[in-house]
Amino acid sequence: MKKKILLPFILTLMAAIPFSFHQGFAAEPLSIGAVFSITGPFSFLGEPERNSAKMLEEQINAAGGIQGRPLKVVMEDTKSDEGQTVLSVRKLLEKDKVLAIIGPSTTGESMAIVPIMEKAETPLISCAAGLSIVTPKEELDRIFMAKTFEMPKRQNKWIFKTAQTDTSAVEKIYEHMKKKGIHRVAIITVTTGFGDFGRQELKRVAPSYGISIVADERYGPKDSDMTAQLTKIKGTNAQAVINWSVGPPQVIVTKNWKQLDMKIPLYQSHGFGSKRNIELAGGAAEGVLCPLGHILVGEKLRPDHPQKAIIMNYKTEYEKRFKAEVSSFGGYAFDALLMLRDALRSVGPQKDKIRDYLETQIKNWPGVSGIFTMSPQDHTGLTKEAFEMIVVRKGDWAFAD
Amino acid sequence: MVMAIFIAAFPPLTGMNNYWVGILIFVGIHSMTTMGLSLLMGYAGQISLGHAAFYGIGAYSSGVLTTKFGIHPIGAFGFGILLSAAIAFLVGKPTLRLKGHYMAVATLGFGEIVFIFFNQLSSLTGGPSGLSDIPSLRIAGHPLEGKAYLYLVWAFVFLFLIFSLNLINSRMGRALRALHSSERAAGAMGVDASLCKLQVFILSAIYASMAGSLYAHYVTFISPSSFGLMFSILLLMMVVVGGTESIWGAMLGTAMLTLLPEYLRGLEDFEMLVYGAILTFSLLFMPHGVLEGARKLLIREEKEKAKDG
Amino acid sequence: MSLTSQIIQYFFTGLTVGSIYALVALGFTMIYNATGIINLAQGEFVMLGGLLMAFMILGPQIPLPIAFLIAILTVTLVGILFERLAIHPLPKASILTLIIMTLAGSILLRGVAMVLWGKDPYGFPEFVRGDPVQIFGATIQPQVFWILAITILVVFAVRFFFERTWIGKAMSACAFNPLAARLVGINVRFMVLLSFGLSAALGAIAGAMITPITLMEYDRGPLLALKGFAAAVLGGLGSGTGAIAAGFIIGVVESLGAGLISSGYKDALALLVLLFVLWVRPSGLLGSPEESELRKI
Repeated sequence: MKKKILLPFILTLMAAIPFSFHQGFAAEPLSIGAVFSITGPFSFLGEPERNSAKMLEEQINAAGGIQGRPLKVVMEDTKSDEGQTVLSVRKLLEKDKVLAIIGPSTTGESMAIVPIMEKAETPLISCAAGLSIVTPKEELDRIFMAKTFEMPKRQNKWIFKTAQTDTSAVEKIYEHMKKKGIHRVAIITVTTGFGDFGRQELKRVAPSYGISIVADERYGPKDSDMTAQLTKIKGTNAQAVINWSVGPPQVIVTKNWKQLDMKIPLYQSHGFGSKRNIELAGGAAEGVLCPLGHILVGEKLRPDHPQKAIIMNYKTEYEKRFKAEVSSFGGYAFDALLMLRDALRSVGPQKDKIRDYLETQIKNWPGVSGIFTMSPQDHTGLTKEAFEMIVVRKGDWAFAD
Repeated sequence: MVMAIFIAAFPPLTGMNNYWVGILIFVGIHSMTTMGLSLLMGYAGQISLGHAAFYGIGAYSSGVLTTKFGIHPIGAFGFGILLSAAIAFLVGKPTLRLKGHYMAVATLGFGEIVFIFFNQLSSLTGGPSGLSDIPSLRIAGHPLEGKAYLYLVWAFVFLFLIFSLNLINSRMGRALRALHSSERAAGAMGVDASLCKLQVFILSAIYASMAGSLYAHYVTFISPSSFGLMFSILLLMMVVVGGTESIWGAMLGTAMLTLLPEYLRGLEDFEMLVYGAILTFSLLFMPHGVLEGARKLLIREEKEKAKDG
Repeated sequence: MSLTSQIIQYFFTGLTVGSIYALVALGFTMIYNATGIINLAQGEFVMLGGLLMAFMILGPQIPLPIAFLIAILTVTLVGILFERLAIHPLPKASILTLIIMTLAGSILLRGVAMVLWGKDPYGFPEFVRGDPVQIFGATIQPQVFWILAITILVVFAVRFFFERTWIGKAMSACAFNPLAARLVGINVRFMVLLSFGLSAALGAIAGAMITPITLMEYDRGPLLALKGFAAAVLGGLGSGTGAIAAGFIIGVVESLGAGLISSGYKDALALLVLLFVLWVRPSGLLGSPEESELRKI
């Protein structure tokens, strides 16, 4: 009697076993792992990232590969879930034996795998923005407790990222506000890793630009309406409001801001950088300000701008292939893979050499996300100069004055 | 004899690489929680749509106490158990009085509220950005990783199993099953319905809490998104799809729903659709759970053989 | 902005989201009354209504009233199909199993939506273009009035249906006592089918109305279902009036909570209200204690 119940149970367990004997094949191609949130709530990040990686992989292989060997990007979907990210990364490291990994798409997922990558001594180039990804915890705590604003002096050995740090975006916004004489600000942020980090940095950086925060509102990532929070802000003496989120909530906040006829300017985070957001806001986005990477205003850059060529090439290829606008996110993946290509070309398939290359040889390196200069103290390589202050004018981006 | 078959299944696992070890660790951790849920649902006949909350309380207790207060993991573990039990007592008392769907919603509301607190109390929990650098468990200075952790988790699963099976066959267990069929009749026989239900609720909360603690020490980074409504619902599905009638059903369902997404990995855009379709069909053809469905199949085969023979 | 204006603003926001919760809650109640099941795919009906409308208006540019009708009819069809394929074949399944079945169905519907429309949000212009209206310092979009008007209309239509028409009364009879209903000659199976169809229609209407304000994407469903379900229970399962009232209550509490107390905890506030009501009145605001005895999971 008990056997009958146990049988299905054991069968399921044993079904897992054949997979354990699968042998990976010899590494003729150079394998790089990629973990992105291709499905799930953060797929609007993961999809362009996946697309860019695939596109670059094909371009590289069409040009003869790297030192005669084909490049193989092993793509995994994290489903926007941290547990899945851990599983995916373990698979890439153990089963596919990749030389390095690009991604994940979000800070939360990146944080989940930092210890694994450090332990496996394999380079990770994350496409997420959080400072906590590349900075060891004690160093992060130290600068957060510091009396004056400063950036970290130590970084995690094997971890890099190509997305500009939120802090730089915050600085760009505050720089602009200072220029405009704004010192009382209301912030409204989403309760996700990205929103929470932005909120933290907005509060931390404010004093050094003479800004005081008079309201601090929050909302959930699937909320349908933020008029209550904005109404509350309307009742304060804030001179501007900053929203920190990505995805649909940005548009909803924009529409609510317009609907409430708020007379103060709305600043968005650098997550706003997709023309779709302007379309969806249906005219409400007119006048909205945000710091954006140069990739989004590629056509408007002067011809001699160091990023002009690489951005225009990426943009034309991407838009032709995927029939969609480029986004900052796709750019992060593109830069990450391109850096690895340069590293592999130069030092070959050795993890520690690749790591060293990334830390020491990426100097004034023009990518689509910015001009990177990595160093042992800075594994992001970008400052607020990677951003331009942009305003939405007549449904398109324009440089703000 | 059960034990023999169980242990016999393990040696083949020694050839396994870390990837599958990882998955099996998750199956084990999830099973700890679903076993408790199965006791609550299958035997005591109550429903909980907020069990991820207890799982999260265990995880955060372990995480916060070991990282922010430097307490030894075992102490944190114990604290998680006590906290979950206490909260289960406070919430369970008024909630278990409710009937059917009302109870479901109350537990759902409770789960959501706990989730919101995880998100909002950022100075303690790290908020949406999560809590990182949770130490791994150590024995005599050696960190438990990979296969060692697998054995640890499954040792717990095993202990839970023994405990639960004993419970089911004990006086308390019979009282529970009487309750499930008819509260009035059970009451007439001297069973204190509310006490019984509360005890099982607290027990299932403790199971979940211990699972959560093990989860925290395994992934070393936790954030509120793992402990929300979606996870509570997933746990529920594991129990129902496997078969509410028995603990084995819960374990089967857990194994299925943890392994299934792995098999569907390559489908990308179609994954959600296929996952939903598989669930729908399995419920359609095996409404009492896969365990029952498999058993019926085997019984039918035996009958066929008997007919021919 | 003065405090009074703020409160009025919060109130209107609360009414707006509240009407969506109310319609979803009414859908829950209808299916519950006919079958005893909680249809956890209710949120997906809202999502489909909104996305279908967006698709028809943005793509082939079908005029709004026609798109509205087509969207409602299509989602109603989806609801009916769902009942036929997933609920009807399981007459002996426990209520719990059927509830999980609706969960599986909701995942399936979300998967389909994802494949058809991707993960991006979609929107379309408001029903009638116009400037926001000022009421004591609060600005209200014209769409809000449409939402309120249509919701009230729907509520009266549903009441009329249940109290005056033959079919409606038959459905109520099924809810009360399926066996007796069958004995009197009522086709209970058909009533179940009808309840799913009607609930789907209600969800679709909600989705179509709210999308111009809030946009819609493939996974908006679950959160709406959660709140709608909470509202249905708060109002007392089985009571349509209770469901509607509770929907508005939850919407307003949420909005006032966000504005006056704390936006981070706003959902918790609404849920705490729910929990306290249930602990004090276990059958909800307008529900009957016998009703809760009848339905066991």
